[in-house]
Amino acid sequence: MIGSLGELLRRAWKYPSGKWGALALVALALVAIAAPPLLPDPAEMPDAVQGATPPSRAHPMGTDQLNRDMLARVVVGGRISLSVAVLAVLLSLTLGALVGLIAGYAGGWLDAILMRGVDAALAIPRLFVLLLLLVVWERIPLGALILVIGTTGWFATSRLVRGEVLRLRHQPFVTASEALGATGWRTMMRHLLPNAAGPLLVAATLGVGDVILLEAGLSFLGLGVQPPTPSWGGMVLEARPLIVTAPWTAIFPGAAIVLTVLSVNLLGDALQAALDPRSA
Amino acid sequence: MIRWLLRRTLQAAATFAIAVLLLFVLMRLTPGDPLSRLVGDRDVSAAEIQQLRQRYGTGEPLLTQLGAFLAGAARGDLGTSIEHYPDRVTALLAARLPATLLLGGVVLFLNFTVGIWLGVRQAVRRGSRFDRWTGRFALAAYAMPGFWLGLVLVAFLSLRWRLLPSAQMTDPLLPADADALTRGLDILRHLTLPALTLSLTSIALTMRHQRAAMLSVFRLDFVTAARARGLSEKQVRWGHAWRNTLVPMLTLLGLWLPVLVSGSVFVESVFNWPGLGSLAAQAIAARDYPVLLGTAMLVSGAVVLSGLAADLGYVLVDPRVRPS
Amino acid sequence: MSDLLEVQDLRIRFPARGGGVSVPVDGVSLRLARGETLALVGESGSGKSLTALALLRLVPPPGVIDPASRIVLEGVNLLELQGEALRAVRGGRIGLVFQDAMTSLNPVISIGEQVRETVAAHRTLHGKEARERAVALLDEVGMPGASTRYRSYPHELSGGLRQRALIAIALAGEPDVLIADEPTTALDVTVQAQILELLDQLRTSRGMAVLLISHDLGLVAGRADRVAVMYAGQIVEEASTSRLFRSPSHPYTRALFGSIPRLDGAVDRLVPIAGAVPLPDAWPPACRFHPRCPEVLARCSVDTPPVVPLAPGEMSRCWLLVKGAK
Repeated sequence: MIGSLGELLRRAWKYPSGKWGALALVALALVAIAAPPLLPDPAEMPDAVQGATPPSRAHPMGTDQLNRDMLARVVVGGRISLSVAVLAVLLSLTLGALVGLIAGYAGGWLDAILMRGVDAALAIPRLFVLLLLLVVWERIPLGALILVIGTTGWFATSRLVRGEVLRLRHQPFVTASEALGATGWRTMMRHLLPNAAGPLLVAATLGVGDVILLEAGLSFLGLGVQPPTPSWGGMVLEARPLIVTAPWTAIFPGAAIVLTVLSVNLLGDALQAALDPRSA
Repeated sequence: MIRWLLRRTLQAAATFAIAVLLLFVLMRLTPGDPLSRLVGDRDVSAAEIQQLRQRYGTGEPLLTQLGAFLAGAARGDLGTSIEHYPDRVTALLAARLPATLLLGGVVLFLNFTVGIWLGVRQAVRRGSRFDRWTGRFALAAYAMPGFWLGLVLVAFLSLRWRLLPSAQMTDPLLPADADALTRGLDILRHLTLPALTLSLTSIALTMRHQRAAMLSVFRLDFVTAARARGLSEKQVRWGHAWRNTLVPMLTLLGLWLPVLVSGSVFVESVFNWPGLGSLAAQAIAARDYPVLLGTAMLVSGAVVLSGLAADLGYVLVDPRVRPS
Repeated sequence: MSDLLEVQDLRIRFPARGGGVSVPVDGVSLRLARGETLALVGESGSGKSLTALALLRLVPPPGVIDPASRIVLEGVNLLELQGEALRAVRGGRIGLVFQDAMTSLNPVISIGEQVRETVAAHRTLHGKEARERAVALLDEVGMPGASTRYRSYPHELSGGLRQRALIAIALAGEPDVLIADEPTTALDVTVQAQILELLDQLRTSRGMAVLLISHDLGLVAGRADRVAVMYAGQIVEEASTSRLFRSPSHPYTRALFGSIPRLDGAVDRLVPIAGAVPLPDAWPPACRFHPRCPEVLARCSVDTPPVVPLAPGEMSRCWLLVKGAK
């Protein structure tokens, strides 16, 4: 499975969108991981009374309404947003793959029930499910946020995996594995899952972009990452009253979101094209 | 044909019922006291509590609760708002629905005209600079959070340069006896920025779907055959090739509604557009659980309906799937 | 009979994998006169269908027709036409009946409508008149219940009826030349005969020239006036049908005959042609048939055989026919 994924990544690298997307992501990740110690403490408010100041040499992205360094906040916010997204997507992926495998492999009434449930769940827009789950908390712990986002995002993935499983269910190599006494579990993990690895990787990549936007939106509504922990969406929320007088307080966090999501989507596109060149 | 329609409608109803069930489960699973969710900070009398207990069945066995919940939903009774007490949720939803329909309708229209035209053009000029750059712009726009783009547009186009209004659907200073045309134009001016924001951030979906569908149809024999008959390039492109992309595009229509609805929560709230989206956003701030639940139910119903409409569309558009 | 269509040295190039160029159609020359049927016979991979597409300038990209080629229709070089003029030729002067009716018809538009729009594209008929003309065309190709069948969709028709619909569409522009590319391959035997009969009738009634493309020699026996045999992108033999069947002059043609079963018992054993059809990016040097030729000479792998004229309008590419070649 790792081998075929590696092959896919190599092929995706050939596309310019893939190259740029991957490079940008690596750069962003590096900055998110390594930069914070080099930057001023985002919580530091040396002279809060001064309020927001425009970009300058001391503060390349300016300062926000409490005179905190914007660059530091954007970078730390990026760290938070990326971690939330990656962890949530991993959770969704696992759940979705599990359900999809079981439904596709078992077939029959189990499949029917599971898919009916998935269809109904897909009818409820994800945002609303999250709103209903999150609105009751006073302060949402980050772990709970990740859990909640992760458990609401597996439905489409399960359909994807189920589709792949159905496609391969009755192929000779699967029957051979079963004839040799492999348990259902083993067959699913060793034979069926690896074949879904490619589409899963594409879905995961694009999923990260979706979650970043989702988490930013939730933070904008006050239901995501809680202040004073910086998050891109939260920063835009705080910048709202200053939008005319200090537009940089909103522009930079938003631009960070755009850059990150764009890179992720470009990479996802390239992976998709590598998987199925005719659709490029 | 009628039997097929009946069967599909029943399936859709079943899906919706399961969705409502899931929402109930969600409500029960959420930590905290369900009663406080329904009451909030309000000062409630004992009689009211008793009424709520009955209505939502809190404190009763789970199945009874479910029954009460479903019965209420079937009756069209979605409870009472906390923030706007004693307004009923259904009344609030009904009041806000038209504004969202207007905004949503315009965005849908823009997406499925401009988006389609661009997607087709991209496919025809595959690999060209137009194709590549249009794709990149659309992707960049898709990466923008609706609330951020909305804020930026408001900041510059409304507040700084005073080109367009910054909030709401109508000008509160408009005289009461203004004629329909003035009123209509006023609404149009207010509609521009929110519609632009929502359309820009979602047009990539339509464009990409259309482009991919056209590319796969171009490969098919009957397109060459149509050219061989001496039909004009326009006829071949639209009358033959594009006509065969209607099925995948209808599928997109079914998937598109959740995207629109989610996006409108943010955009309506930024522009203070008096629709369902801003209602939901306000409900969040006020922790008005009944309103959120009611909106979720309404929206789920709409999504199921759009799926049904898409199915009906397939039958109309593709003679091969018509049940004989 | 004067020539209606003349193809001179048609050459089509495609970029080959790993750089380089493949030439699937390499110097094909044909003549077609009004009222006659020319059969173009060859195995799949010989370049027959590409030749047909080239006549309508529909070679799929990245294929390109060599500018030195000439395709002349009643004095006009089709390769120099652009835009409207080219469009008018497609369907209006030359009609093409594709091989597979199921995939060549638009599945979501009724067959009647597809005929009608072709009529409207070429003639000044519109609306009701175009519709009536379409029904008349469906009638002409033997579609039973033409006016009701008008509204049928391709998937609702049998293979034979679909083929007839395709022919009706090809005739809608009143072409002078009709190209039928394997018109019967997807059909069963009885229907095959009907379709070929129909094509014959139409040729006489409309005074068209017909280019019949097929891989089946037996099919063309009673139907064509002349036959051109194609191998590896080139015409290797051209002769009147009777002469070809009586005494084929090219080893490939002879080998083809040897591999066809015959009901009159004239052939004891079927002798398949050894080897496989070469691919366009790797044509054999000199005579392209030499690796598989049962009568090969030493010279054949070294020198390209010339075009040897036999009778008027007949030729063959083979060293065996050149005096003193052995």
